[in-house]
Amino acid sequence: MALLEVKDLSVYYGVIQALKGISFEVNEGEIVTLIGANGAGKTTTMQSVIGLIPANAGKVMYDGHDITKMPCHKIVHLGMSQVPEGRRIFQELTVYENLVMGAYSIKDNAGFKEDIEKIYARFPRLAERKNQIAGTLSGGEQQMLAMGRALMSKPKLLMLDEPSMGLSPLLVDQVFEIIKDINKDGTTILLVEQNAGKSLAISDRAYVLETGSIVLSGTGAELATSDEVKKAYLGG
Amino acid sequence: MKFIETLINGLSMGSTYAMIALGYTMVYGIAKMLNFAHGDIIMVGGYMIFVTMAATGNPILGLLAAVIFCAALGVTIEKVAYKPLRGASPLAVLITAIGVSYLLQSIAQIIFGTAPKMVNIADLGNLSFAGITVPVYTLVTLGCSMVIMIILSLFVKFTRTGRAMIAVSEDKGAAQLMGINVNKIIMITFAIGSVLAAFAGLFMLMKSPSLTNTLGAMPGIKAFTAAVIGGIGSIPGAMLGGLLMGVVEAISLTIPEIAPYTDAIEFITLIIILLVRPTGILGKKRREKV
Repeated sequence: MALLEVKDLSVYYGVIQALKGISFEVNEGEIVTLIGANGAGKTTTMQSVIGLIPANAGKVMYDGHDITKMPCHKIVHLGMSQVPEGRRIFQELTVYENLVMGAYSIKDNAGFKEDIEKIYARFPRLAERKNQIAGTLSGGEQQMLAMGRALMSKPKLLMLDEPSMGLSPLLVDQVFEIIKDINKDGTTILLVEQNAGKSLAISDRAYVLETGSIVLSGTGAELATSDEVKKAYLGG
Repeated sequence: MKFIETLINGLSMGSTYAMIALGYTMVYGIAKMLNFAHGDIIMVGGYMIFVTMAATGNPILGLLAAVIFCAALGVTIEKVAYKPLRGASPLAVLITAIGVSYLLQSIAQIIFGTAPKMVNIADLGNLSFAGITVPVYTLVTLGCSMVIMIILSLFVKFTRTGRAMIAVSEDKGAAQLMGINVNKIIMITFAIGSVLAAFAGLFMLMKSPSLTNTLGAMPGIKAFTAAVIGGIGSIPGAMLGGLLMGVVEAISLTIPEIAPYTDAIEFITLIIILLVRPTGILGKKRREKV
């Protein structure tokens, strides 16, 4: 059963149509990737699904709820979480306080200690720096923090918007490993990436977004070997 | 000795400014707008105290009525006047705020007229100690403000709602992604700011019992200046800026040669501080978005 189902989603910025009625779905347990060039509408899709940007037409269903017109904070309470583009951690709070913010949507905090220990186990670097002001972390550490923060709400669906952006090749590999791990532990993943090769390699399925429309879809392996994708996104 | 008296007097005035400045700075930090009607909430609080005291004679009841009414008024103004403009140009919001300010002053004038009302809160007398003589109201003002500011600081740092306020002031979008209802946080911020303004109204009437519909105008501007001096958006900055303004004002008033220019001196203080530190004393540098 589809955990997230997007149907004919359209988003306008003024008169410019950023999304031209796209449809896709994410099934429980999958890793699904949207790949596409800059300006294809990837971030718009992510922000619109989670309610940060209003949809002009179409329908978004999540876990049996119609969330098309729902405000972002309510969608988060339904168990959807997002690592936004550019990470957007709370720069002036400590690492620990950022993680506390991540658990904001969980009112009953009985399991908080256990949850945060799990995050520290997954990202040992965050444990070392828990009392450091988040704005002073390196780019890679900030990405880890953004992911840890998003996981603190124990989401069913974790959305990651360009998690590899601006990271060294070594860190990029690490980030994709962690995404695979998170998925293995039972969290469904929707990923947006410019790094098509690495993301297709870990994806169950993927969609190709081009100027606001989905032009291609298939399994990760299918797309990785498709001539069009190779030519446009894999450099040959 | 005279200097210590002046200092206590200044800190008392300054803590009143700090209470008002907190309202400006919190609303700016969280809703990213300058609420120029904030000063007039003080005036509304003053009239609530006047009306309640005329009926009951009890200043505590007056304060309570002012606190409740101002909180409700602040939330209503936000909902009716500012919320529909969310996402509009800052200029539109600013002009609306100025409009609300005039609206409140005019309504007060229609109801209560232009003649000042005398509100004698309580005659607390003077306190003499080790050669220092200060009016008791200054100590009450200072003490109450300090307690309120400590409670507010603890609230922001340690409660769920307080942390949500910090998150919203840093990044509204990211705060929403944490599951924070930004509209609710903005509403709470307006309520808190208005409650502090109601207290400021009481403190001002304790200092001088004359109440008109422009009671909040000048203190509002000075407190806004204090918030900018401290670094707009910063809670400790508003407290520091307010106290500094009060002390500068008190010192200036004791020197006969410059006393008539006290207001000007306060604003010159702002200019000098902004020349040295453009973001205010405790203001944050604007961060680049990565």
